[in-house]
Amino acid sequence: MDLIYEPWPWYVSGPLIALVMFILLFAGKQFGMSSNLRTMCSIGGAGKAADFFRFDWKKERWNLMVVIGAVIGGFLASHYMSNNTVEINPDIAQKLSQEYGIDSAGEAYLPPELFASYQLSDPFVLGILILGGFLVGFGARYAGGCTSGHAISGLSNLQLPSLMAVIGFFIGGLVMIHLLYPLIFN
Amino acid sequence: MRYITYLAVGVFFGIIMYKSEAASWFRIYEMFEFGSFHMYGIIGSALLLGILGVQIIKRNNIKAFGNQEMQLKPKKQSVSRYLIGGIIFGLGWALAGACPGPMYVLTGAGFYSILIVVGGSLLGTFVYGLVRSKLPH
Repeated sequence: MDLIYEPWPWYVSGPLIALVMFILLFAGKQFGMSSNLRTMCSIGGAGKAADFFRFDWKKERWNLMVVIGAVIGGFLASHYMSNNTVEINPDIAQKLSQEYGIDSAGEAYLPPELFASYQLSDPFVLGILILGGFLVGFGARYAGGCTSGHAISGLSNLQLPSLMAVIGFFIGGLVMIHLLYPLIFN
Repeated sequence: MRYITYLAVGVFFGIIMYKSEAASWFRIYEMFEFGSFHMYGIIGSALLLGILGVQIIKRNNIKAFGNQEMQLKPKKQSVSRYLIGGIIFGLGWALAGACPGPMYVLTGAGFYSILIVVGGSLLGTFVYGLVRSKLPH
């Protein structure tokens, strides 16, 4: 039972992610999650506003099935396979608590300070969630892929563009955590 | 039938994302604080096996099912779009603590606030489509 409830170590998780990529490659597809956002925009009628969304989205239905599957997988894992807490490095947990008032490391899967439903009435939290999402969506399309498309698929194929994108991901992430967090969460 | 396969792949992927804790805001924060090897181990081991497998596929000219070509086309060369786009993505990844795959997973896990993040990312994608021709690529 422990095997089910305990978090999976990196040396199990990483190879399984590679397996997902290879299953999709053998199916003639490419592993990439953010392109679904473009597909969803097209289904929603964004083609009326920009050429970028005028493409045959029906060819992308397979990837939407992967998305629906991921939603189901999240449901199954959280309800039947997890105690929904994440233990992190105690020094980092302490830093979160002292500097940002986020005390929930080790007690929750996502910090309720940001993700509890009642926090949505706080315009600051709402703004963070919308802005974070906006940057992810805009940046992923500008860069032509996200963590799955560039860091896994693209780098596995030794693509220099993907290396630049991944370097960009980390520059952006480090700037946000080390320079902007102290300004935003104070 | 094919769709069931993709659905199953998605379920498998969703469980991995959740159980590896790669979908947890805490793990993303910890990664950018260099507080643990965990996330680097996940990406690194996936990548190591990915590189090995792709090399084997290419050297032996292995085809996908139905004798289709593998989707391993080279990406267009450019610096600005990948670097600038990547930085914008990274800012959002660290701010929301989630990238696109985990967003779907967390929706299923019942964190409904993540739908606001999904909404934001759809908006970001839409705005990119609007201003695309004016950006350096």
